[in-house]
Amino acid sequence: MATVLEPTTIEATPVPREPALMRRPKATTGFWGWVTTVDHKKIGILYGVTAFIFFLVGGSEALLIRLQLAQPNGTILSADAYNQVFTMHGTTMIFLVVMPITTAFFNYLIPLMIGARDVAFPRLNAFSYWTFLCGALFINSSFVLGGAPNGGWFGYAPNTSITFSPGHNIDFWVFGLQILGIASTVGSINFIITILNMRAPGMTLMKMPIFIWMALVTSFLMMFAMPIITVALFLLMFDRLFGANFFNPAAGGDPLLWQHLFWLFGHPEVYILILPAMGMVSEILPVFSRKPLFGYPVMVISGVAIGFMGWGVWVHHMFATGLGPVAVSAFSISTMFIAVPTGVKIFNWIGTMWGGSIKFTTAMLFAVGFVAMFTIGGLSGVTHAVSPHDRQQTDTYYVVAHFHYVLFGGALFGIMGGTYYWYPKVFGRLLDEGLGKIHFWLWFIGFNLTFGPMHLIGLQGMPRRIYTYDKALGVGWLNMMSTIGAFIIMVSVLVFLYNALVVTRRQPVGAPNDPWDGRTLEWTLPSPVPDYNFLEVPVVHSLDDFWHQKYTEDDSGRLVKLSVSEAPPSDIDPHSIHLPSPSYFPLVAATGLPIMAYGMTYRVWLVAIFGAVWLLGGLYAWALEPSAEPHDPDDDHGPADAAELVGATAPALGAGPGPDAEPAEPTATDATPSQEGE
Amino acid sequence: MSEHASTVVDEHAAPGPEHGHVTNTGVSNEKMAMWAFLGSECLLFGALISTYFLYRGRSVVPPYPKDIYNIPYTSVSSFVLLMSSLTMVLALAAIQRGDHRRFRLWILATALLGSSFIAGQVYEFTSFIREGLTIKTNLFGSSFFVLTGFHGVHVTLGIVMLLSLWSLSIRGKLPQEKSEVVEIAGLYWHFVDVVWIILFTVVYLIPSPTHGYVH
Repeated sequence: MATVLEPTTIEATPVPREPALMRRPKATTGFWGWVTTVDHKKIGILYGVTAFIFFLVGGSEALLIRLQLAQPNGTILSADAYNQVFTMHGTTMIFLVVMPITTAFFNYLIPLMIGARDVAFPRLNAFSYWTFLCGALFINSSFVLGGAPNGGWFGYAPNTSITFSPGHNIDFWVFGLQILGIASTVGSINFIITILNMRAPGMTLMKMPIFIWMALVTSFLMMFAMPIITVALFLLMFDRLFGANFFNPAAGGDPLLWQHLFWLFGHPEVYILILPAMGMVSEILPVFSRKPLFGYPVMVISGVAIGFMGWGVWVHHMFATGLGPVAVSAFSISTMFIAVPTGVKIFNWIGTMWGGSIKFTTAMLFAVGFVAMFTIGGLSGVTHAVSPHDRQQTDTYYVVAHFHYVLFGGALFGIMGGTYYWYPKVFGRLLDEGLGKIHFWLWFIGFNLTFGPMHLIGLQGMPRRIYTYDKALGVGWLNMMSTIGAFIIMVSVLVFLYNALVVTRRQPVGAPNDPWDGRTLEWTLPSPVPDYNFLEVPVVHSLDDFWHQKYTEDDSGRLVKLSVSEAPPSDIDPHSIHLPSPSYFPLVAATGLPIMAYGMTYRVWLVAIFGAVWLLGGLYAWALEPSAEPHDPDDDHGPADAAELVGATAPALGAGPGPDAEPAEPTATDATPSQEGE
Repeated sequence: MSEHASTVVDEHAAPGPEHGHVTNTGVSNEKMAMWAFLGSECLLFGALISTYFLYRGRSVVPPYPKDIYNIPYTSVSSFVLLMSSLTMVLALAAIQRGDHRRFRLWILATALLGSSFIAGQVYEFTSFIREGLTIKTNLFGSSFFVLTGFHGVHVTLGIVMLLSLWSLSIRGKLPQEKSEVVEIAGLYWHFVDVVWIILFTVVYLIPSPTHGYVH
């Protein structure tokens, strides 16, 4: 059993039977450190930075749209270019910006907030990131390969059929979204298992930070919603590539099937986008109000209720399709009903701030901005639940105004607040508060100037998704205001970039562990967080455990700061903490997907098959690569990972019998020489 | 590296609470991930089955299901697939008690039964195509081939999984302690079988209300 000694000697003398290809990479810094990382914090940063870059791309597309619409009969974009730009703006902002940025927060924060050293499946986590990146690059490569998707982010059939969209534009959209769907599904399963299985001792479900609850609900929504759009895209693929009839009305196909499938995914998706931001805001408000979250259990239940009810409202996207009064009434009622848990949350946020000693940091400004803007977006949403009203507003700018108030005024405000709040934990430097406040006010004013007038533009009857409008409609000046607002947002983003990339980087790394007097476990850790997260796994006694370590209440209910007793230096040597080994194969496997997608897009089947084989080979190599340290239960192993499991854990299970010495009676095959090398 | 090495050995002697498969729920991460994945798969098959249901009896040109189905033939191949769940259970029981020879026997039998089912499906598809039903012919063709073909791909991946387990076992890399891997693969396999029970009922046994009415 030479394997027992493997941990001591693995770097000096690699196991002779493992081919060089299968050796696990060791770099933890520099380029290869990032490429092969399985550390949830690095993957979180990769997700966040990539998504921010796509935010700039999607933002530029928005500015093109606003330039085109600044004046009647604009000539900056052709009709076709406009279709591509608004389709890619929506697709980018939803799938390449808000979803991955929230995934970045999930990645970085879930293990820290629940007291774990990593996520449940670190390599699968890396695979999610690389798959996301491959999908994002694939779908954007269409711009230089003959034209980007142009059917809207909702891709209504039969407009997206080969008859009406003969180019490759829609193929890029179909396969790009399929790849992104794989990334989201895999990521969501990883987060669910991490939250359910890897909480620190004492952290029961009702002692989890509210952000973790929202992450859990969001992950469940993703896990169940992504397969539905996968099927919709799958059917569309068969229509486009193989002449199936799913959305072909001439053969009896029903275009409404697309809408049902798409919105059955699409409405939970709305909550996938907003719930994480709600979670962030629910963390920020208590800290800067110096009060616990008002009604924590009710906040949890509301979040879960939104998660369930989000499945029963999708038809409000289809009120104008003629489904009949029963369906429309039922979904009107359910849509109004879902405003209840959302309203409960809004009141609880206000209740949290009520009577608190509020400190208006930039993070707090964004959080308060979120509550206000999201309320406006929520109210215009309730007007859409009233179906006669909705019929008036369908496909007008009023709808655009509504969902930007929830997605920008909601999700992006929350995400920005979260960015200012957790930036010091991630990068070890506090973002400059002065520039932060300039950022906030420009962002806030620009946002309202851009999307406020769109309510009026829509009520005046200007249709969305049309590349130009006539002067006689009388909305020219409102559109000009909206365009000016968009450029103010651009300036605010430049202020943020200047803050993050120039001003903040001038200061040395060394933000305090707990700059905001926080309540959750991540603030007990150094900033930036060391590789191993927690030197000692914490034991949790209550909700907001860290706060209760710092403060208590006197008899009259006033806060009393406990004398901070420096924890005695732990005698645990950080080097002894085992971390999952880096790996090449998540990246290798992920690159098979765009190869398949290009093959399918251009109908070169050999390339598609090559991509599939490449993917399968990557997955096998992944399953079979040795664990760098043989007793490695933290590392991930899927069902096909038996070899790694065995190679990894057999020695640790006991120095005595190895895999070839089961208690059962030895059989002829069990004693074959093939096992001697173990 | 040497001090690193020594602490690793120390840790080995006294594993911390975060080591080993101690989880909050008591279910291992791997098994719970498979359950979650299967939950996701339910929606995948659910959406495809709904599509099939929606389009039942809405084809505007023949052939229609009653013209083409061979229920006795498909019943036999369904029976073959269902029996593979039995052999899967026997394979798991064998490895759980450390009987590797029987494990290999039963896992191969499972793969073989699965392959027979797939062979049957390939034959069925080709005979349908010969009789004039392709994915392009009508809504029935589109939804039939996509739904059952999607299931067939799942069975095929399952067979690859089973053969991988068999090959690991041959090389002595699948000890009794790791029988959970087989259990997890079994979860997938049984799921695919259960889905077939639903598909067989929905696609073959429930007669379409009307054939070929123009919508």
